[in-house]
Amino acid sequence: MSLDFWLPLMIVLSSLVPGILIFCLPEDRIGLRTAANLVGATAKLLLTAVMIWGVFHGHVYETRLPLLPGMDLVLSADALSVLFATLSAILWFLTTLYAIAYLEASPQSRSRFFGFFSLCVSSTVGFALAGNLITFVMFYEMLTLSTYPLVVHRGSPESMRAGKIYLAYTLSGGAVLLIAVAWLKALVGPLDFTEGGMLVAFAGLYRHEFIVIFALLIAGLGVKAALVPLHGWLPVAMVAPAPVSALLHAVAVVKAGAFGIVRVVYDIYGIEFAAKLGVLGPLAAVASFTIVYGSLRALNQDGLKKRLAYSTVSQVSYIALGAAVLGPVATIGGLVHLVHQGLMKITLFFCAGNLAETLGIHYISEMDGVGRRMPSTMAAFTLGALGMIGVPPLAGFISKWYLGAGGLAAGQDWIILVLAASSLLNAGYFLPIIYRAWFKEPRGPWPEDNYGGWLETHWMLLLPALITALLALAAGLLADSPFSPLQWARLIAAREYGL
Amino acid sequence: MVALIPWSVWIIFLPLLTGIFAFLFRGRGAQLGIVTAVGLLPPLIGLTWQVLSCGPQHYSVGGWGAPLGIDLYADGLSIIMLVMTALVGIGTTFYATGYYSPTGETKEKNHQQDPALFWSLWLLLWAALNCLFLSADVFNLYVALEFLGLSAVALVALAGGPSAVAAAMRYLLVSLLGSLSYLLGVALLYFAHGTLSLGLLAESVTSSPASFAATTLMTAGLVMKTALFPLHFWLPPAHANAPAPVSAVLSALVVKASFYLLLRLWFQVFTNTVTPSVALLLGILGVAAIFWGSVQALMAQRLKLLVAYSTVAQLGYIFLVFPLAQGKGTGFSAWCGGLYFILSHACAKAAAFLAAGTVLYGFGHDRIDELAGITQRLPVTMFAFGVAGVSLIGLPPSGGFIGKWLLLNAALAGGQWWWAIVIIIGGLLAAAYVFRFFSRAFSYVEQVPICRDVPWSMELTALALGLSAMALGIIATQPLAVMQIGAPLAGPVLTGGLP
Repeated sequence: MSLDFWLPLMIVLSSLVPGILIFCLPEDRIGLRTAANLVGATAKLLLTAVMIWGVFHGHVYETRLPLLPGMDLVLSADALSVLFATLSAILWFLTTLYAIAYLEASPQSRSRFFGFFSLCVSSTVGFALAGNLITFVMFYEMLTLSTYPLVVHRGSPESMRAGKIYLAYTLSGGAVLLIAVAWLKALVGPLDFTEGGMLVAFAGLYRHEFIVIFALLIAGLGVKAALVPLHGWLPVAMVAPAPVSALLHAVAVVKAGAFGIVRVVYDIYGIEFAAKLGVLGPLAAVASFTIVYGSLRALNQDGLKKRLAYSTVSQVSYIALGAAVLGPVATIGGLVHLVHQGLMKITLFFCAGNLAETLGIHYISEMDGVGRRMPSTMAAFTLGALGMIGVPPLAGFISKWYLGAGGLAAGQDWIILVLAASSLLNAGYFLPIIYRAWFKEPRGPWPEDNYGGWLETHWMLLLPALITALLALAAGLLADSPFSPLQWARLIAAREYGL
Repeated sequence: MVALIPWSVWIIFLPLLTGIFAFLFRGRGAQLGIVTAVGLLPPLIGLTWQVLSCGPQHYSVGGWGAPLGIDLYADGLSIIMLVMTALVGIGTTFYATGYYSPTGETKEKNHQQDPALFWSLWLLLWAALNCLFLSADVFNLYVALEFLGLSAVALVALAGGPSAVAAAMRYLLVSLLGSLSYLLGVALLYFAHGTLSLGLLAESVTSSPASFAATTLMTAGLVMKTALFPLHFWLPPAHANAPAPVSAVLSALVVKASFYLLLRLWFQVFTNTVTPSVALLLGILGVAAIFWGSVQALMAQRLKLLVAYSTVAQLGYIFLVFPLAQGKGTGFSAWCGGLYFILSHACAKAAAFLAAGTVLYGFGHDRIDELAGITQRLPVTMFAFGVAGVSLIGLPPSGGFIGKWLLLNAALAGGQWWWAIVIIIGGLLAAAYVFRFFSRAFSYVEQVPICRDVPWSMELTALALGLSAMALGIIATQPLAVMQIGAPLAGPVLTGGLP
């Protein structure tokens, strides 16, 4: 019962407790609410930093609380959970800043918004730190519930409809996941995440059951990971306020699905055992189809957020694809994309939110010449978009490089084709936006400037976008330096393959 | 010495006395209610401690034991039911102090509700419940059952108005018919075996025609009182038309009382006469109840009716215990799951009914279609309803999740997977009816008309009960340890692991 025991729980509580406090605050206590948000976000950053330092120095962090006899609630820190927890801690801090400025004039209850926002982040970090499949499922479902009020925050008929569709998809997915986990638990007992896979110990038993359970698990997780044909909710849910979309697409909901697939493949089944069962091929096929399909659909969307949403459908499946190819190089590509996609996509959504909030721009056709009015925002957007396309030396290039090399190493050359097609399509839907914004003449005068001075928009809207864009740049440029996402991904891959 | 204090007598007589006083000293009802709520805690804690430390407790009232005198008996099952009653009872009592406060006159102008009658009837009902959970002979159980039924019917009629009186009348007839059927069974048992004590009957009941007839009659009577589909027809109108605190008590506790008796008889007395086919029949009716109740709840136009139909559906789950307990090695898992379900449903349903009652109190109606935007006016109540909804759906972290998880485990590990599918689909249907309401409640409207202010005690008790349902999802090991004491089935709580 020491710090090593309690630290993972404290990281979860660092956003849960502020969340509960915020629920209790009256609507007009803006200062106190902001303070609670920022103190929580800062505390989480610091605690995560302590954890990285500790894991690096060989500490083992594990909170294990009995939930039922023979079933524990486990929060622990392995290399993979640290990677994702760090991402969510950083992005939460920035998104909180962003959301405070974004919702300044919102008529809806901000106590409710920030309360559920904090719950949402607690569940995100909770599933990141989950040490077994049951704990993962608990936080995964908590995430569904805490996100619903955020998606419907505006309360308009459109957002209520989006909320309904979101729930219909995610709760059904959750039900499938639950039945798969309960079945697996009844077969093999505790489902602790084990590097190299926990089912390896049961090789030779229950072959057919394991295959069916794998399919159910992926189907359940695939709803949130937006694998085609389970992706329908994602483009609809983009009616949520921009900070919610940003978090949803970068670290929270879609990543919960992708992260879950990674956990199931590596730490439950074990990639080599999964390959032996023959379940990786179908997963790779579904992921590749999703990558191409999402990009194709993104091409003809005029709504900026909708185009970004379809882009997410496509990009998140890179992670699933990386998990579905046997071999450490592909694994590194998939894992590193978990972080890279988050950084790039949150930048794009922050920028889209800035355009909407400052100039009222929601459609790509309205973006002519916007680069002159909001140069910093569009610079950040351009960095994010080029990263998504995979232009070196940005983060997206690193992911695609490793995925492609991993495909070749595994003897699956067709993956190169998928990546090439996807990159072409990425360019096809991002470059026209960049062209319009920088090189076309504005159609008319921009709305009056409310922010005064030399800033193009509120500094709390601009700063997070710039920081994440720079992080995406740094993740690519400095990929080989210690503590970069790529180095962590290499470390995880080395452990998974027992290298 | 402390171990010899007859706490059980206090638990029965305190509410009985205060109930009579509440009738005699009108206008002092609220104070007497609070005295009872607080005064029941020491004996309850004392009894729980006795059972935990010394195992099941026997007490012969007045020194006259079986076969002639009145025996009281408390094991883990009794303790769970008594604690459940106390939790809901204390919540309801505090709620009622606000609901029947002198300033807050009832909204329906055409009839006045009499607080004095409510208090005395409610306290007598509490005494009947406690007596039922502690009695150890079938006749005394009959008396408690009849007492319970009559006070419940009177409480429903308290709301006044034609619909409430009609509902109460129907409830009275069903209740009497059920008790009569039970009483016939008691008579048969007495003639066949010459004793009424549960303990002695358990030893002497064999598969004779008289025992079969008694089993059938008593089961039928109790099933009717527990409102198992298709004998549920009386429940929705009675529960929906009663005053809010009464609805909460009826749905959370009264239907559970007859189910408790059914459990006692099936697992302790009639072990030789019940057959797997009857258990299967009860399970199938339970499935029908889950579907029928959920579909009706989905179509309900009024919030209280929605909650009442949800009770019909949720009662279906607990009848799955009978077939699931037949599984090899999973009997105890099913037993615990059923009890846990009862416990968490009590908290969640009481919270839901109290919250719905608050809506009715504040807005003067509970027509779901006209409740847009009420989260803006009653955020605490809506949060309570949401938390209760999470437990009713069975999502983690909540008591409902633990209950469902245990039932799922029993189904999957016992090779009866079809029940697992029903449990999962039932959860999705519950999500559909809970969120159908929330998609109205979260809608944003400029002005929300509220008739009158709601006392804080009403908002907070609903929240406290909802949060207890959630807490049950985290502290499951303690209730499960209590359930094991004197349980008729043995085995592991969760099965699974290496074969």
